[in-house]
Amino acid sequence: MADRGFDVRRQTGFTTIALACFVLLYLPIILLVIYSFNAGASIAIWEGFSWRWYQSAWANEQVQEATVRSLIIAVWASGISTSVAVLAALATTRTPRFRGQSAVFAMINQPLMVPEIVTAVALLIFFAMIKVATGYTGLFYLIIAHSAFCIPFAYLPVRARLQGMDLSLEQAAADLYASPFQVFRRITLPQLWPGILAGAMLAFVISLDDVVITEFVKSAGQDTLPTYMLGQLRRVVTPEINAISTVLLGISVTMVIAFTVLSKIRN
Amino acid sequence: MSIAISARNLKKVYPGQPPVTALANASIDIPDNEFFTLLGPSGCGKTTLLRLIAGFEHPTSGSLDMFGQNLLDAPPHKRPVNTVFQSYALFPHLTVAQNIGFGLEMLGKPKSEIRATVDEMMALVKMTEMADRQTSQISGGQQQRVALARALAPRPRVLLLDEPLSALDFKLRKDMQLELKRLQTETGITFIFVTHDQEEALTMSDRIAVMNAGEIRQIGGPRDIYDHPAERFVADFIGDTNFLPAAILSTEGQSAKVRLASGQTVSARLPARDAPAGKVTLAIRPEHATFTSEADGLVTGTLAQVVYFGTDTHFHITLDDGTAFVLRRQNSSDTGPGHSQGDRVGIQFAPDVAQVLKD
Repeated sequence: MADRGFDVRRQTGFTTIALACFVLLYLPIILLVIYSFNAGASIAIWEGFSWRWYQSAWANEQVQEATVRSLIIAVWASGISTSVAVLAALATTRTPRFRGQSAVFAMINQPLMVPEIVTAVALLIFFAMIKVATGYTGLFYLIIAHSAFCIPFAYLPVRARLQGMDLSLEQAAADLYASPFQVFRRITLPQLWPGILAGAMLAFVISLDDVVITEFVKSAGQDTLPTYMLGQLRRVVTPEINAISTVLLGISVTMVIAFTVLSKIRN
Repeated sequence: MSIAISARNLKKVYPGQPPVTALANASIDIPDNEFFTLLGPSGCGKTTLLRLIAGFEHPTSGSLDMFGQNLLDAPPHKRPVNTVFQSYALFPHLTVAQNIGFGLEMLGKPKSEIRATVDEMMALVKMTEMADRQTSQISGGQQQRVALARALAPRPRVLLLDEPLSALDFKLRKDMQLELKRLQTETGITFIFVTHDQEEALTMSDRIAVMNAGEIRQIGGPRDIYDHPAERFVADFIGDTNFLPAAILSTEGQSAKVRLASGQTVSARLPARDAPAGKVTLAIRPEHATFTSEADGLVTGTLAQVVYFGTDTHFHITLDDGTAFVLRRQNSSDTGPGHSQGDRVGIQFAPDVAQVLKD
């Protein structure tokens, strides 16, 4: 039989290491989900099945407010960041190569590389100056902050889609008398939708999940769901936290599945 | 007869280290209503020339006119030319009918006119039943016909075709060659056809421009190009050719008396321009040479191999000076005396069938 070359799956201990990784990744999450259905008030001692913590979370006004706030921010942030990302992706894939293109690419993806805490502190100071100057303390700061760090997440799938597109389609449209704007609206955009939706959903989940930057930027009484949960953990911990986490997990998993399906759509 | 496309010293250099000259000083006049073919190996600049006419590329220098109007200042969507792409480039999110109507829609034609023209085009390429199909649901040959109908629908004055048949299988390609020629004759549109397939070029074209390394080497009708190649590259690229060294003894008009390496003399045709002198190369097509006795041969040699092709037979001969020579003979019921491997043979060809090459 011919030598099949190096195969990581045939190395000693591969199965053990792989299993250990999966257990570490998923066991805590499975436990968290299980205890969200605990009838008792403990997050470690099982006392039977119940929906009570879901009901209690649903009825909790603070949770309601934080959830609505989180959703408002996430919708705005994913909308703004995706719009900017589409423009940025067009500029970096549909124009002749320009000087400093790599630098622009690096700058668009900067939030992926700069430590989040640095961005958080920088925004805190920056927004504090604006708050002093204008007196405005609304949600806008959080929306802008979230939009900023969501851009690369929206940008990457849109760019990948644009790069994977057959350029001759756009040339064919131009050849058939479509102006540059008509080419974009009639040919590029219809094919770009899966990429745009994927980018928007990724941005939405990233915004929904953010703790560090939100914690620094938010004004008093502007808790989002994650910062509310963080605050709760400092007090009495009940399975209500598990219930909220499980719902968030459900949303994320749904989004990721939708993202994968959309990314796979060809033509 | 008016001139559809006129290029003067058209040049395209791609910047880089080192810069790449894709097209060097191409000058060409393509009359209206002509089936004109750009023929050459890949990288010869034929597609670049096509893309310059379509407007997808901008020339480094030179001029390009269409019916006497400067074309270079217009962006692709303002040029009255349409292109059939090598990849077809059908819009995947539109139906067959929507693809064909796209150009007319962009021109702002009324809906009734669009529908009428689309119906007409679908009938022309025999795709009427497929009108509402997605382009992914039809075969390669059908996609090819939709691409053609889409490009013809706005009735361009010039149609550009970039190797449109290269993705089709042999039989379909043969059918489409006839189909394209028919469409060109019926519509009266000037076709500029790019291909690397010399047979395709010979069967379809009114005139052919043979290109190599960014330059146009010869322009002429298929017969002209095949029978009277101007230079070694053209003779070699189109069909099979034997090359024999020779020396010019005297010239008279388009004819020259040359001496072959064997010492025999024969008359051969001179190129139309820049007639050479002294040592030259003769080009002889394999089907223009015939067997004769060793004593009567213009050149002589030993039969090295006989290859049977059904309609004809190829005889591979090693000449006395070591040059390889191929003689082709059509097979018929009375083929005459057989020749077998190892035989000593003489080869002759009629006066003026050999072409003197300038190299």
